[in-house]
Amino acid sequence: MAVGLSLIFGVMRVVNFAHGDLMVWGMYLAWVLATRGGVDPYASFIVCAAVLFVVGVAIQRGLVQRIVDAPHEMQILLMLGVALVLENTALLVFGPEPHRVRSSLAQSTVWLGPLFVDVARLITFGVAVALTALLSLFLFRTDIGRSIRAAADNTYGALVIGTDVRRVYAVAFGVGAACVGAAGALVAPLVPFQPPTGLQLSVASFNIVIIGGMGSLVGAFAGGLLVSVAESLGAVFLKPSLKELVSFSLLVLILLFRPAGIFGRRAP
Amino acid sequence: MSLLQARGISKRFGGVQAVSALDLDVAEGEVVGLIGPNGAGKTTAFDLLSGFLVPDAGEIRFRGVSLRGRKPHAICALGLARTFQIVRPFPRLSVLDNVLVGALGRHADAATARSRARAVVERVGLGPKAAAPASGLTLAERKRVELARALATEPALLLLDEVMAGLNPTEIAVLVALIGDINASGVSILLIEHNMRAVMTLSRRIVVLSFGERVAEGSPAAVARHPKVIEAYLGEEYVDGAAPTR
Amino acid sequence: MRWAAGAAVALLLALPAFPSVFGSYAVTLFTLIFFYGFLGQSWNVVGGYAGQLSAGHAAFLGVGAYTAAVLSVELGVTPWIGMFAGGGLAAALGALVGYLGFRFGLRGFYFVLLTVALAEMCRIVAANTDAVGGALGYYITFTGNPRQFQFQDPRAYYYIALGLMLAATALVGWLAPRRFGVYLTAIREDERACEAAGVDTFRYKMLAMLLSAFLTGIGGTFYAFYLFSLQPNTVFGVPLSVEIIIRPIVGGAGTVLGPVVGSFILSPLAELSRHYFAQGGWHGAHLVAYGVLLIAVVLFLPDGAWPRLQRALHRRARPAA
Repeated sequence: MAVGLSLIFGVMRVVNFAHGDLMVWGMYLAWVLATRGGVDPYASFIVCAAVLFVVGVAIQRGLVQRIVDAPHEMQILLMLGVALVLENTALLVFGPEPHRVRSSLAQSTVWLGPLFVDVARLITFGVAVALTALLSLFLFRTDIGRSIRAAADNTYGALVIGTDVRRVYAVAFGVGAACVGAAGALVAPLVPFQPPTGLQLSVASFNIVIIGGMGSLVGAFAGGLLVSVAESLGAVFLKPSLKELVSFSLLVLILLFRPAGIFGRRAP
Repeated sequence: MSLLQARGISKRFGGVQAVSALDLDVAEGEVVGLIGPNGAGKTTAFDLLSGFLVPDAGEIRFRGVSLRGRKPHAICALGLARTFQIVRPFPRLSVLDNVLVGALGRHADAATARSRARAVVERVGLGPKAAAPASGLTLAERKRVELARALATEPALLLLDEVMAGLNPTEIAVLVALIGDINASGVSILLIEHNMRAVMTLSRRIVVLSFGERVAEGSPAAVARHPKVIEAYLGEEYVDGAAPTR
Repeated sequence: MRWAAGAAVALLLALPAFPSVFGSYAVTLFTLIFFYGFLGQSWNVVGGYAGQLSAGHAAFLGVGAYTAAVLSVELGVTPWIGMFAGGGLAAALGALVGYLGFRFGLRGFYFVLLTVALAEMCRIVAANTDAVGGALGYYITFTGNPRQFQFQDPRAYYYIALGLMLAATALVGWLAPRRFGVYLTAIREDERACEAAGVDTFRYKMLAMLLSAFLTGIGGTFYAFYLFSLQPNTVFGVPLSVEIIIRPIVGGAGTVLGPVVGSFILSPLAELSRHYFAQGGWHGAHLVAYGVLLIAVVLFLPDGAWPRLQRALHRRARPAA
């Protein structure tokens, strides 16, 4: 989830406020597939990723592309608008009550050494690692991947050497959205979700990406781990409802003292 | 009377020593040219003098006051104004409003400031375009807006960073005349410039920078003949005055 | 253009007369238009003029609301005074946000994130503080006593909201051509160039933030004594921040009348769609409309509706030009 956001920001310097809401749509899609098609989300996440890839490209081509050169305020507002539309269309279509996706795997648990681990979470973790690895391969080994990285580092230079920057942007956005679609499907069996969850997820993604470092995939992944651990610790030592406070405090601290994040290469 | 006195200022960025133990003086009423090849540290020197960068070492005194630790706006208030290499007028504001921002630094009352701003706008020749948004102007006009804005702060010393860059000969001639006129009215000028003709015409004294160090200083004629200067710009082979045989 | 100015003045004079003519639904609608116009105008100072996009302004409203409410209920302090305490505390929070953001050089997106983070932290703290009702919220018993800023007659709220909006707009209109206003618009354009021209950007951004937070905090008192219940998730939440900022943005951020025009456009839209759609069980439709509008404004009307309208009116007045 955070990896996707980092990719979008790193390449286009556009902040995707709609990220969380895209993820929620991923969740809803998984739900639809599960209830109507009887497909287990651990299989359907690939479909979700694909669908959201298309959605991502559409959003980028249709909307974001137009304001790539506009002042930052405009970009922020645009994505905020997209977020509002996504969140509330979900509300209209699916209603305000929380949904849950059932999966046969979600119930089973397994012993992993001294720890009692939930199979569902284990698979999610595994897939997340695999996807991140795949993404790194994509970015470092394929031509398109290289173009994306080139455009991220030096847009003008990339243009000069003939990169179709618009296409690169579209792909980057699409891939980012795909990550989030997969994430949505994978997480769907674990937590109940409703349209407002989108905002929480967006904020969480930002938290993670900023802490881990914008534009750095390793950072995004590490950030995700760090934030989850911090929140869990927070839940243990403080009242559970205050755990979000921990991640926000962490965010504020990082924003103030090291906005590039722990692994970030880019200053704001 | 010395207006600006910089002694031993240095600035390092990571592995690069951008400016190294630089001494720089500007006397009242002078026009001093600051030249040197690209990357010599000229704009960095400006950033250090105007407060946008903090020197690693050295002292800067302006009108007898130390500039240590002062923010750019405070330095401007003391009478040292600057322009930027890549011109930055306020795009959505009109020419007049651009200059007004400068004038408000000296006159808190908006009406007074506005009339002063208008006078400056006329002086730089942008009178007819006073109400136009700065974004719609030509490069030469935008440079004049920025110049006017700096002028409106009623500086004693004006730092001009490559104001001639990107202009055609006519525009350059106009600007040279304007700068000469500004100096005649009592404003000292320190100017970074690549356009040699302009620098030689305007400056009473020239300082040459190369790799962050001062390599020569003197009258325009003297500097033009100085071996170190030739070396800095053209390379060692040219120092003897003859082109290298090929 | 003269007829437009005349029409505006006529409208202005007519506004106080409306309540006697309109039914209670219209009165409520206009009260909301004015109230959100007031909040939008307050945001406009720092968000529109100074260009510092704060997406956490609900925090100021919440602080003001809770302060005035608690002072009234627990200590019997009349909200007419309590509102200044609320505004003051909100301004203090604004000072904190401003200091953190500006001293540490947070611009654009990072600043937005900071404001959201701080607003959310306030929300969580409020929801976990039982002294102010925790997650269930804080309730004010209705007494209808004007000294406690409570009125039986909804028309009183109408006049107060109208007064607030007019006062804020007048204040912004007064400040805009003065040094404060000019400096803010310059800061929005290019801070570095401002510094070079002698503008103490930190100081003016802080002042803008303080003023904006203070006014929003005062709005909080109105909110508390109009709705009588404060839920942390609503009062400090991002949706309310969105409500606050969308009107000035659509109407024209950084202009004097933008927030007012924006409120006149958006509040009826919100109410109508809420009314119309909610009956069919379609919650949230108005927010979809908000989203679409926001997108449309960014793509087609980046300056907002009011400046575009102004240009159209100018062209009408001078067809030969």
